Amino acid sequence: MTQQPALRGPLLAAAFPLLALVAWHFTTSGRAYSLIPPPYEVGLELWDLAFGGIYDDAFSETLVTHALASMSRAYGGFGLAALVALPLGMLIGRIEIIRAMLDPTLQLLRPVPVTAWLPLAMIVFGLGPRSAFFLVFLGAFYPILINTIFGVRSVEPRLFEAAAMLGVSPSATFAKVVLPASLPSIFTGLRLGLGLSWVVIVVGEMTGVQTGLGAIIMEARQLSRTDIVICGMAVIGVLGFASDKLIMLIGQWLLRWSPQHG
Amino acid sequence: MVDVRSRSPAGPQDRGAERESNVQMLPILDVKNVTKRFAFNNETVTALAEANLRIEKGEFVCLIGPSGCGKSTLLRMVAGFETASEGELLMWAKPVQGPGPDRGMVFQDYGLFPWLTVAKNIGFGPAARGRPTKEVRETQKRFVEMVGLTRFADAFPHQLSGGMKQRVAIARVLANDAEVVLMDEPFGALDAMTRERLQAELLEIWERQKLTVLFVTHAIEEAIILADRVVVMSPGPGRIVADERIDIPRPRDPTSPEFNALRRRLSSLLAGHH
Repeated sequence: MTQQPALRGPLLAAAFPLLALVAWHFTTSGRAYSLIPPPYEVGLELWDLAFGGIYDDAFSETLVTHALASMSRAYGGFGLAALVALPLGMLIGRIEIIRAMLDPTLQLLRPVPVTAWLPLAMIVFGLGPRSAFFLVFLGAFYPILINTIFGVRSVEPRLFEAAAMLGVSPSATFAKVVLPASLPSIFTGLRLGLGLSWVVIVVGEMTGVQTGLGAIIMEARQLSRTDIVICGMAVIGVLGFASDKLIMLIGQWLLRWSPQHG
Repeated sequence: MVDVRSRSPAGPQDRGAERESNVQMLPILDVKNVTKRFAFNNETVTALAEANLRIEKGEFVCLIGPSGCGKSTLLRMVAGFETASEGELLMWAKPVQGPGPDRGMVFQDYGLFPWLTVAKNIGFGPAARGRPTKEVRETQKRFVEMVGLTRFADAFPHQLSGGMKQRVAIARVLANDAEVVLMDEPFGALDAMTRERLQAELLEIWERQKLTVLFVTHAIEEAIILADRVVVMSPGPGRIVADERIDIPRPRDPTSPEFNALRRRLSSLLAGHH
């Protein structure tokens, strides 16, 4: 009752994971043949993975390398997808003939899951990071494309009239009206795309890639290092969460005019 | 002018009067035999039939009529959003070709740009037309002040009430030097108190800025409060059935006998007993 309202949210949010941690501890600690290591062992391993000095094995001090490798592929693939999907989506959305030419094909390819592209990617790009990069590109491409098309197509017609009667020339209408009006939708696409990039990069790194968070957890599984598998999962979760938070903050600032976002 | 003088033996005063009336002869807006037809489900619907309307500079004209009488269609043709099927629309004797900043439109649903602040919405036209940044900023400030929204200059449209949004919409066409202000039931979505206040503010701005206003409404009282002339229209097909001049001095009292007499007269015109 005397708690400050500012602390209420974080406390409530922390209660469940703390309980889960306690339950994890009591179900695994002190058992010799537990499949899952107890939480403090995972914590120690995480420290060793990040800074070394505890076990000094092949995995020590490698976390930053793996995390950076995954992040560069995820953001690189995402960036490339945005670079292609944004202009393409705007063209498809605004120009009838391009829509007629490209939209049916793109819609037909869309239901093919990204994971189904993996074998083909491995054949074309070989085993290694290039396949993972391609998968990220593909995974982020569709959400960005679809939402951009939707955004530029669903601009309120009234805004075109308003711009025209205020003296905006037809050629300037795209920059002055279409682009800002479709920003919320475009942003939704970017956020979905980034989330998917992060999912896909881990899958992409699980086959024949030497570095990356996906690679390290697959390798650890083969060596029965369950503690490292869990560490890898935790880091993937935290980085994904941070990356989503960051894009949310950017969006909130860019879209502060929109009652649905700001 | 020279021709008129040489043919006419009139004295100097008469010549002056004639020159003045000659200047007034050129209307700011001239709607000549305008017909508008739409294709609708394989049928042709006549929205407006052979409309004729001349509006002098500085006049406040209300178009009134039930839905389907073509009043909004006429307004949208003057704005340049739609083209006439027959006849012509002239502004200063030149045919209207598409929308333009000389004819500012105020929509019932505001049509503000949600991503721009109040000030930037008001400066949108001048900025889009390439005015220097400094001038745009001064224009913004002046017109934000004029509609009494200084405190809300940096607010976004979704943070404003309906009345404030409509003030922004009016200010943005004035800031863009609109000579004719076209208003499509601009106060129709506002509550009665706000509507009355905005009507008074609009009249004040109209008088001060010497605007020409073409105002569509379906409310008889609103037309009588505002207009120099009320143009009555009827549907099926849309046409102009009466053009009433209102000489009651402003501000007009809706409870006065003259006001009521006019209200009755316009009611019966709208009901078709003319």
